[in-house]
Amino acid sequence: MTRRPSERRCPLTDTTLTGAGAHTGHAPAHPPTNTGVSNAKLGMWLFLGSECLLFGGLISTYLLYRGRVAGGPAPRQIFDIPFTSVSSFILLMSSLTMVLAVSSITRGDMPRARTWLVTTALLGACFVGGQVYEFTVFYREGLGFTTNLFGSSFYTLTGFHGVHVTVGIIMLLSLYMMTLRGTIHQGKAETVEIVGLYWHFVDIVWIVIFTVVYLIPA
Amino acid sequence: MSTESLEHAETFPGEDVAHEAHHPTDGTYVKVAAILAALTALEVSTYFLAFGPLFLPVLLTLMTIKFLTVVSYFMHLKFDAPILRKAFYAGLITALCVYLVALSTFHFWGRPS
Repeated sequence: MTRRPSERRCPLTDTTLTGAGAHTGHAPAHPPTNTGVSNAKLGMWLFLGSECLLFGGLISTYLLYRGRVAGGPAPRQIFDIPFTSVSSFILLMSSLTMVLAVSSITRGDMPRARTWLVTTALLGACFVGGQVYEFTVFYREGLGFTTNLFGSSFYTLTGFHGVHVTVGIIMLLSLYMMTLRGTIHQGKAETVEIVGLYWHFVDIVWIVIFTVVYLIPA
Repeated sequence: MSTESLEHAETFPGEDVAHEAHHPTDGTYVKVAAILAALTALEVSTYFLAFGPLFLPVLLTLMTIKFLTVVSYFMHLKFDAPILRKAFYAGLITALCVYLVALSTFHFWGRPS
């Protein structure tokens, strides 16, 4: 029996065949979509793509203004590279604990997933704490937000990044509470994966900031 | 042709790649993290050791390797659907192009700081 044209499935509207798990006999990991990937995950990747533009703008502004140090200390005079290196290492290791949390929840190992989520949040908190300490020291050494263009662009760039890390910590702690309540479980591992994508993104942004702002002298 | 065979013959964008069959193991993640830590140590060493004219190329290369390693392994982009790769790299490449042009417009390259 042949199928009439009107019976053919439209990829944009058909919701019966698409989605992970279609044709495999397994339960789909997400509702059917015409792209084959979950809309939430695709949305997060698009958001991260747009965040590249935000941080690209902030980094470019810093590069243009980092030499404008009139009335205040220069980058080389105030940056504490050993201290920032430790902060960078902490944030890098938080990416490892995050990916281990995703791996654990995918396997259904909830206790271990909770442990890794809290560890990631704590490492993130250490990083933010280090940044607050660094800002305090810089301020005491004479670099305020309005001291010069270097100060303004530096605090804006690293401050925006710090806010992103703080938002990530809030999301991680929310996930932790949701796993305790049972609203996040193995079947919703993708939610943890999506938060993980955001967390890794703040890590890769810091990889760029650490090199461009701290290690490459003005 | 039967309806059943038609259904199986039809494919949809991304359907075949939605399954993430090649996720690395926890051991692989730990190895990747160790490599990233070693690269970070190498980066920091450029601040204390004299690398001469190689200073900037080495730093930028290490930064790029670390960036791509995290994106590929920790963010699973290497193993995920191509549409996700396109979504992210479209933003990244657009940002790179826009801001390289912007920095050039402001005569950033080669000017004294």
